[in-house]
Amino acid sequence: METLQQDLLIILPELILALGAMTLLMWGVFRGDGATGELNILTLVLFALVSISVFSGAPEERLAFHGTYIADGFTRVMKLLVLTGAALAVIMSARYIATERLRRFEFPVLIVFATTGMMLMISANDLVVLYIGLELQSLALYVLAAYSRDSVRSTEAGLKYFVLGALSSGLLLYGASLIYGFSGATGFDAIGNAVASGGQNIGLTVGLVFLLAGLAFKISAVPFHMWTPDVYEGAPTPVTAFFAAAPKLAAMALVLRVLIDPLFAIAVQWQQIIVFVSIASILLGSFAAIGQTNIKRLMAYSSIANVGHMLVGLAAGTQEGVQGVIIYLAIYLAMTIGTFVCILAMRRPEGMVEDINDLSGLAQTRPAMAAALLILMFSLAGIPPMAGFFGKFYVYLAAVNAGLWPLAVIGILASVVGAYYYIRIVMIMVNGEPAAPFEQNLGFELRVILFGAALYNLAFILFAAPVIAIAGAAAQALFN
Amino acid sequence: MAPFDIGLGHYLTTAAILFTIGILGIFINRKNVIVILMSIELILLAVNINLVAFSMHLGQVAGQVFALMVLTVAAAEAAIGLAILVVYFRNRGTIAVEDINMMRG
Repeated sequence: METLQQDLLIILPELILALGAMTLLMWGVFRGDGATGELNILTLVLFALVSISVFSGAPEERLAFHGTYIADGFTRVMKLLVLTGAALAVIMSARYIATERLRRFEFPVLIVFATTGMMLMISANDLVVLYIGLELQSLALYVLAAYSRDSVRSTEAGLKYFVLGALSSGLLLYGASLIYGFSGATGFDAIGNAVASGGQNIGLTVGLVFLLAGLAFKISAVPFHMWTPDVYEGAPTPVTAFFAAAPKLAAMALVLRVLIDPLFAIAVQWQQIIVFVSIASILLGSFAAIGQTNIKRLMAYSSIANVGHMLVGLAAGTQEGVQGVIIYLAIYLAMTIGTFVCILAMRRPEGMVEDINDLSGLAQTRPAMAAALLILMFSLAGIPPMAGFFGKFYVYLAAVNAGLWPLAVIGILASVVGAYYYIRIVMIMVNGEPAAPFEQNLGFELRVILFGAALYNLAFILFAAPVIAIAGAAAQALFN
Repeated sequence: MAPFDIGLGHYLTTAAILFTIGILGIFINRKNVIVILMSIELILLAVNINLVAFSMHLGQVAGQVFALMVLTVAAAEAAIGLAILVVYFRNRGTIAVEDINMMRG
């Protein structure tokens, strides 16, 4: 029989994170805004502690609190990825916050709260835990989007994100209530049994559609993507980097968990939805990005297209496909974070600039940064032997093996269109007339992240074997 | 037997109507962000009716616990939404929906 101590031991990472977040909050309240620097360091220490705690947990499946919380090989990998993304976002924010006069201690605290929510989302094994985790994450993210509170664009981004986010939570909840009503349980295991034995049920199908609509919003998949460009553009750049990295990973983990674990028996029904969402996201992400001049908006469309590519692996509905999605996520994290470091570096004496044409002639003014950005853009475009190619390769391989030929053909053709706008950035950097140079504002830590990300993308073949093995083990844990 | 027996179907229909009104309130409304916040509350309350109705129908308490959780989170959500709205109003001097258009494309 499970005891409270055993349960608490299983949720130890979340406990450390939640208590740590509250401690950091009190620390900030008593020390004032001057403590932002030390809070950043304490946040990183906290993330390191939690990572150790996640990593040292046993890899086999463990349930806590009457099966509402699950920890297994899949949650372990996803949590480590999310923690990495969050920690990198904190590092990236430190210098920006100081120069942009946003030095308020809440920033790292909010990131820790959001990360706690993401960890809960990843480990959710019950509709209630899913909802609580999702909201804990979302509420912190709404505030982060509006963090630059004297900027019209940032507050507008926060307002838009809040309204559409609250709407999507409503859709998700309505779906959850229907699933609860027609399966008679909130726990994923019980729902899985009810779905498997119940067969076709219109109430469950409607619930599934609403639940997927809510989740599609969180991963910014078409047709629930409309918040993404505005929020990416308006939010302060380190916040955008955080948005692009950590919450996407957590939400994608949640989608995988919900669809593969309890709803696998009605895979035929969700497969159609995922195929449609995937094609629509890839097409919109590829075509709408062509006309963009703001690089943050462009990255928003790029992330929509990337989510579409990830969903190709999920549409396959096989262990191989899920493995592909996890590999893609690990690569996507590095590509996005690296690119956002470059965007953070786009700063002239008059302030931050975000236009693509400001990168003109970067190869002459800042050759090292241009080389790194070139690698990242080629990787995003999916050109071999960069990492991005392998990410796409594994999801499309799974789709083809599952017989989804039309999806694979459309996706690959659209990714050629997508390659156009990535390569356009490279062309502007290499061939353009040199624009006024950027300030040398990249600190040591940002250079390490940028060149680390670029190296990872360039030499992915060297790291490929362990990444693929880890993703395979995680996918297997999800299917067992 | 009462001439008009109120069963699960009636509750679900009421909730569905409220939910639809909430969704329409968000999309058709062109006037004021406060109305959007009210619509969001309406959606969440529709969900609560659903949950409690199912909970009674199934004879288990899980749905009511879920409904209580939703109520709590809805309160927090409204607080944060209003806070963001106040900050936005300070910058723009308006909360009309049609004026929230600094970024597009």
